[in-house]
Amino acid sequence: MTLNDLQETKAKELATRKKIVLRCCLAAGCISSDAKGVKEQLVKAVAEAGLQDEVEVRGVGCMKLCCEGPLVQADPSNALYIKVTPDNAPAIIAALKGGKVALQQADPNSPFFTKQEPIVLANCGLIDPERIESYIAADGYLALHDAIVEMEPKDVLDAMVKSGLRGRGGAGFPTGLKWGTVAKSPGARKYVICNADEGDPGAFMDRSVLESDPHAILEGMVIAGYAVGADQGYIYCRAEYPLAITRLQKAIHQAKRLGLLGAGIFESPINFNIDIRIGAGAFVCGEETALMASVEGKRGTPRPRPPFPAERGLFDCPTLINNVETFANVAPILRRGVEWFAGIGTEKSKGTKVFALAGKIQNTGLIEVPMGTPLRTIVEEMGGGAPDGGKIKAVQTGGPSGGCIPAQHLDTPVDYESLTQLGSIMGSGGMIVMDETTRMVDVARFFMEFCMDESCGKCIPCRAGTVQMHHLLVKLLAREANARDLAQLEELCDMVKNTSLCGLGQTSPNPVLSTLRFFREEYEELLQPDPHAVPQLAAKP
Amino acid sequence: MNTLLESPRNKAVARFAQLLASDKRYKILEAHIKKFQHRQDALIEVLHKAQELFGYLEDDVLRYTAAQLKLPASRVYGVATFYHFFTLKPQGEHNCVVCMGTACYVKGADKILAAVEASAHIKAGETTPDNKLSLLTARCIGACGIAPAVVYDGTVTPRQTPETALAQINQWVTP
Repeated sequence: MTLNDLQETKAKELATRKKIVLRCCLAAGCISSDAKGVKEQLVKAVAEAGLQDEVEVRGVGCMKLCCEGPLVQADPSNALYIKVTPDNAPAIIAALKGGKVALQQADPNSPFFTKQEPIVLANCGLIDPERIESYIAADGYLALHDAIVEMEPKDVLDAMVKSGLRGRGGAGFPTGLKWGTVAKSPGARKYVICNADEGDPGAFMDRSVLESDPHAILEGMVIAGYAVGADQGYIYCRAEYPLAITRLQKAIHQAKRLGLLGAGIFESPINFNIDIRIGAGAFVCGEETALMASVEGKRGTPRPRPPFPAERGLFDCPTLINNVETFANVAPILRRGVEWFAGIGTEKSKGTKVFALAGKIQNTGLIEVPMGTPLRTIVEEMGGGAPDGGKIKAVQTGGPSGGCIPAQHLDTPVDYESLTQLGSIMGSGGMIVMDETTRMVDVARFFMEFCMDESCGKCIPCRAGTVQMHHLLVKLLAREANARDLAQLEELCDMVKNTSLCGLGQTSPNPVLSTLRFFREEYEELLQPDPHAVPQLAAKP
Repeated sequence: MNTLLESPRNKAVARFAQLLASDKRYKILEAHIKKFQHRQDALIEVLHKAQELFGYLEDDVLRYTAAQLKLPASRVYGVATFYHFFTLKPQGEHNCVVCMGTACYVKGADKILAAVEASAHIKAGETTPDNKLSLLTARCIGACGIAPAVVYDGTVTPRQTPETALAQINQWVTP
């Protein structure tokens, strides 16, 4: 494969495009509502109407508005059909000819779509994730060519530093700095790992990206491998995402066939291989050292850092480990320029962030907004507020490691620092909206139960502390706790937070701490009088 | 000489030869292990395949895997019990996985689970005595946009209620 071949493939793909394209969402959410049946019937209806030469029915990735699936969008009319059933197929074809048909439609110009700024999701819902040609037609693998053929590894590293990209897995570590450390670490063998173990309940951004645009991840990983001097990559994906795994396998196979992966990429001496490792359902494996243990086929328990993976990681070699979304940002940065990327977002948080909007909200689905967008814009304008006229009470970000942001703080801009100040974290991007009917103590208990089950058991503060905190929360909810129990809960939170070995334990008290901070009255309502309290001396008359 | 022939190792070798001859699933597993060149870091991949073939990880499968990858049995058992995905008990004919992710939870997944538990008289993680149904919970299946979601025999089903869940379950077990 050379640049010419790449451009030829693109030209050939564009030449075969038909006038009208019907895009059917074939991401996991819509498939569960029979999107495959919809696509089959559409193909059949097109054939019956004799429109094969004019209309293409294309299976695409996530079209973002998951709550209204299955979705079908027509190009170029832009009509977006929602809750489509296979029986609707003839009506959609009839509508193409200009006929007025009673079909449920969503407005593609609603704030949910117009306020988005797609970089990571730029190809989502547009290209066919199962065909590499579709990705190449959208300028795919061009950045890889530029990096390998025209840039030195240190130029790529420079570009990443200048772009200001920060890790999208949650902690927000500067990506360029991490790549630079791995590049500098001595070692004959280095590895690149893509963390696709999206364990946070309520988060599905990575799943959607993997299902909708798998080649973007591969391209990002190969560029990373070139920059840091690695020739082997692993994608660690959850077993709960079978569709993402299938599409990744297909993508790897196609990229190898075209010489974009494997030996001699773009006819250069650069080699890079990618293998998929399938997780087996352990939340702690999202932690990087635990993840590496799992890739090595061991129990996924974390180890103390330092040494950091950049110095000694997988099989004791220097290892670069980044999140799916981080890798998805790499190719667009190189293709569209560092300045362009650095111009989006805020001073300290550059670019965009993908969020999975779910819970008690009108529009659930996937959104990508520039960093610094106020939470209110996301929840009220884009999400459409709580359904059935309810009132939003809090927004939970960061999963079991994050916290609840109350309604009065909705004007907070979404960036790494602002969310940390509120006692929550950016996290990987799950955003669960809660309305008035949600009891915050119960939410805290829910997350604590999660952390208790998922604690790997290696260090005592996390293993025993989460059990005790869960016990106290259950006691509270049963209205059997008193003020001393609450004090003990707070003390335990502090202890577990400061003494646990890895991120799971250190952040497990966050849901309790943040609900205590903003919704303390809900805890206090549940308290019972303390039978052993020292009686207050009666005030002298 | 005799004692050497009856050593635990030789006994194990004989047992595996017998398993390979009598059960062709072991042959498939062996081929899979060869694909990974007997590499020890492929343990989790091999266990995935084994569970796919056998439905669960029985003791013989674990011992066989340990021998093939030249790993101590304790290490294989440790890994198999660490990860939630692996099960050491046989599963029912049908399975029902209730997603208990945050989005599903705030939309009432707990009520669905309670209804199914009451109807089938089992708790989450258990199988009915007649081996018809296994009831499981998932931490999050990433289908938050269509919450609450339940997976029936591998098919993700959106927007469930206790009623729709019971309607599905009652096709498999009589309440």
